[in-house]
Amino acid sequence: MGVLIIAEHHNGQLAGATRNTVSAGVQLGEVSVLVAGEGCRGVADEVAALEGVTRVLLCDAGAYAEGLAEPLADLIVAIAKDHTHLLAPATTFGKNLMPRVAALLDVAQLSEVIEVVDADTFKRPIYAGNAIATVRSRDTRKVLTVRATAFEAAVAGSGTAPVEVVEAIADPGLSRFVSRALTESDRPELTAARVVISGGRGVGSKENFTLVEQLADKLNGAVGASRAAVDAGFVPNDYQVGQTGKIVAPELYVAVGISGAIQHLAGMKDSKVIVAINKDEDAPIFEVADYGLVADLFEVMPILIASLE
Amino acid sequence: MERESMEFDVVIVGGGPAGLAAAIRLRQLAQEQQRELSVCLLEKGSEIGAHILSGAIFETRALDELLPDWQTLGAPLDTPVSEDRVVLFTGPESALPMPGLLTPRSMHNRGNYVVSLGSLCRWLGERAEEAGVDIFAGYPAAELLISADGRVEGVVTGDMGRARNGEEKATFEPGIELRGRYTLFAEGCRGHLGKQLIERFSLNQDCDPQHYGLGIKELWQVESDKHRPGAVLHGAGWPLSEGGASGGSFLYHAAEGQVVLGLIVDLNYANPHLAPFEEFQRFKQHPQIRQVLEGGKRLSYGARAITKGGLNALPRQHFPGGLLLGCDAGTLNFAKIKGAHTAMKSGMIGAETVFNALTGDEPQDRNLTGYADAFRDSWLYDELYRSRNFGPALHRFGLMGGGTFNFIEQNLLRGRLPLTLHDTTADHESLKPADQCPKISYPKPDGILSFDRLSSVFISNTGHEEDQPCHLILRDPQRAIEVNLTRYDAPEQRYCPAGVYEIVQEGGTGEPRLQINAANCLHCKTCDIKDPSQNIVWHTPEGGGGPNYPNM
Amino acid sequence: MKVLVCVKRVVDANVKISVKADGSGVERANLKMAMNPFDEIAVEEAVRLQESGKADETLVVSLGDKGCQETLRTALAMGIDRAILVESDTELQPLAVAKMLAAVVRREQPDLVILGKQAIDDDNNQTGQMLAALLGWGQGTFASQVTLSKNQLEVIREIDGGLETLALPLPAVVTADLRLNEPRYVKLPNIMKAKKKRLDVTCPDALGVDIQPRLEILKVEEPPVRSGGVKVADVAELVDKLRNEARVI
Repeated sequence: MGVLIIAEHHNGQLAGATRNTVSAGVQLGEVSVLVAGEGCRGVADEVAALEGVTRVLLCDAGAYAEGLAEPLADLIVAIAKDHTHLLAPATTFGKNLMPRVAALLDVAQLSEVIEVVDADTFKRPIYAGNAIATVRSRDTRKVLTVRATAFEAAVAGSGTAPVEVVEAIADPGLSRFVSRALTESDRPELTAARVVISGGRGVGSKENFTLVEQLADKLNGAVGASRAAVDAGFVPNDYQVGQTGKIVAPELYVAVGISGAIQHLAGMKDSKVIVAINKDEDAPIFEVADYGLVADLFEVMPILIASLE
Repeated sequence: MERESMEFDVVIVGGGPAGLAAAIRLRQLAQEQQRELSVCLLEKGSEIGAHILSGAIFETRALDELLPDWQTLGAPLDTPVSEDRVVLFTGPESALPMPGLLTPRSMHNRGNYVVSLGSLCRWLGERAEEAGVDIFAGYPAAELLISADGRVEGVVTGDMGRARNGEEKATFEPGIELRGRYTLFAEGCRGHLGKQLIERFSLNQDCDPQHYGLGIKELWQVESDKHRPGAVLHGAGWPLSEGGASGGSFLYHAAEGQVVLGLIVDLNYANPHLAPFEEFQRFKQHPQIRQVLEGGKRLSYGARAITKGGLNALPRQHFPGGLLLGCDAGTLNFAKIKGAHTAMKSGMIGAETVFNALTGDEPQDRNLTGYADAFRDSWLYDELYRSRNFGPALHRFGLMGGGTFNFIEQNLLRGRLPLTLHDTTADHESLKPADQCPKISYPKPDGILSFDRLSSVFISNTGHEEDQPCHLILRDPQRAIEVNLTRYDAPEQRYCPAGVYEIVQEGGTGEPRLQINAANCLHCKTCDIKDPSQNIVWHTPEGGGGPNYPNM
Repeated sequence: MKVLVCVKRVVDANVKISVKADGSGVERANLKMAMNPFDEIAVEEAVRLQESGKADETLVVSLGDKGCQETLRTALAMGIDRAILVESDTELQPLAVAKMLAAVVRREQPDLVILGKQAIDDDNNQTGQMLAALLGWGQGTFASQVTLSKNQLEVIREIDGGLETLALPLPAVVTADLRLNEPRYVKLPNIMKAKKKRLDVTCPDALGVDIQPRLEILKVEEPPVRSGGVKVADVAELVDKLRNEARVI
């Protein structure tokens, strides 16, 4: 018995969120990781080296090549009986898969878990993060998706867990992969970016917004804006972060010339690290910023951009 | 534009106490007399009650008549008034209690209920639907339909799906015509169609200018040992007295540990530096208020203008094809600081008048002159007549002199003084130039009792589709800078309780510009009332927009 | 071809919820309720399939208290033909909802079921996937485009970092993401028409489903308030902190 984690991987690359899921799993018991895919031996070896992983189950078959939920769920159900907890990252991969697994096992599923209280009890956000529910499962087997940013990423350790091969089972043939098109843009998509740089009314004009864009490019980040900046016509509507715009939770959020009205905070307060640059030291944004720089953005932004060369 | 059209016997605009009472009464009469009668009611809020904001202490007189078994029907009247205090706030730390004996009789509240008018309207809405009224929530009446011979024959609902620049988006749906044999307007204070009707039919030619107040309100959850269900406090004086303004304050203990409190600022104030929102934040710091709120949590916020001119300012309510009802006309009894029961009564009288017209002799031009007679014969007229001098006395003689006058008139003479005081300056004419008035500096919000506008708007659950034309229209955009900013230091920045109006410096040129954050609008109508040159015109935004008050 | 849509009644997206002082849940009294926005997109998609002649019958199901009738009427006013309410005053969790939907599906035999990808109240994002599992159907979740050809569905899905296209044999389950379409405004005359459309009411017992909650909510609390950190003196200090303390650059 123990914990089974479903590894997410693409094209021979382990998805980072899997590492965070391992850390959540370690809190619940001995961790086995299922790596199912085609030609994914390398991923299995990578997982085997992660701190906390005691066993890797490798299932190499064409049916699992594209991470389709239907064949994967059947495979997981077939090996679930050995495990008390089944975990996957709360990515589109995990969210697509785990409810299917849970229903086949006739158990409930817990989504986006942010804290493990005990083996039966977990915390998860509801109402878009405006409340946190502590939930206890009455099922004997727990199926969870785990919010990656709430757990540290497991690091590659010295130990090597054994890799066991698992036989594939029949493909139910309920879906067929056609194609995948990953966004290839100069900048990452706002809601998925690791770094977001947003500008507000303080940026002053459409032309000045290049300062925000330059910093974003330096950090491989996305560009966002407050409603005031959108209303003033500095940037298009779809840049807007906030209550009526997009909700973002990057690892780093830099607010440039944004006062930080609650309507804006509603869209970015779950960011891991918040930096505020504003010349008004009373701006509410400083009340939530981990690092505040009270300064004229036109003086400090060029220096900041240059210092990241 | 070609528009679809729907026909009803009666079209009612607005789902507040007046409109709902009219709708229910119409269907009651139809059922009693077994007549076919189609009634529809339009509400611009996303649901009935979404835009309702009031104190409120409710007097049941009209409800007793409309739905005598309201108790068994489960009306949300759970908190009878248990304690009734009036206080004169004399300064930021001091207050004088006013003995019950000296309190104007009209302000005695035993027998009344502390209610959420929003909840009461939701309940009335359910009764109306049960009675067979077609309620369309989320559909504003945007324009009047006027026949070739000048009769009101319905309304046009607002277009949906126009972009900011006015272009039709992919989802565009044109508004439709709602044609009624009679159309009843019950939009509440300063309804934008009511305003057009008053002008078109010169309904106010024989009355004083209307007067308004701005009511700002919050709902708090307080610590249980501080909660006294039914306890009622009314106040006057500080903080408005410091800025030379008048008005009143209230704090009521409602059900379930909740307290509502608010400040009503008379909109005839002169100093353009005055900020009603900030005055309310200061009010909460008074020890008498602070002690109740401390340790509690603010749940909701909102604001709404109040029509308070009373009988002297009440326009003619009938015109060819319809009636103007409730606060849309101005039936609020200011001496009682209550408008719900009077609004309901005006709706009921209106319904009876319309029903008589539809079933008996149709009046000439469909002009419902019968309303005026029925109104005059009702307790509503009697009540408003007795209170007619209350507001003007306060305006003319000030708080102390006016208060004394009102005590004598209300308590000793029972409102039968054989003279009528008039108040003939409109509220928008009362502002003085900014440089002639002392600046007022307000303390910063502490985040515990006092807050800023945007975090307040946040908990009013206000939402508007952002890609739509601005619903706050400047007749002459230049005036915003040339008159409002230059002469009055842009008072809309301060009187708007939602932070809709901001003067910003244009990037590059540094020229001042009026930024209108229309999405914050609480639909209180203060800008339409107080703008010194009447340059701001409030129009209905896309349906369903505006606050979503829970139980305000 | 018959399409079934599922809708949930939730607290309106404009309303800020507040947590009850006793931690037992979220204050819901008097709050404005509305159709879950993702479900509105599902309804719109079904109506468009019918308008384009691809579907010839549409049906909407909701599960919950009597108030859900209003939500169903909205779906009918948007153009759905007929509605079913599974009425229950007890809390319904995704597994129970999926089982009841499966029972309705077995009775109604639709070729396609469309749901919103998640409800904005409990943010579970489970019901569609569970329903597909219980029915043994394929699933096209987080759909941003649905193309229907004879007996096959092509679904473009929103996945992390891009888009994925799947082909599913019918019958199948689709869950709608934000970009699938923009729902229409309801026209007033259609509200009147919707009042006359058929709305059947049934209950969990009649569907033979055990709705006993599997998950117990022990406590609901407000998220921790974020507090301000430090002020840095200059850019050099900021870069240093981000590199060496926060380790985010």
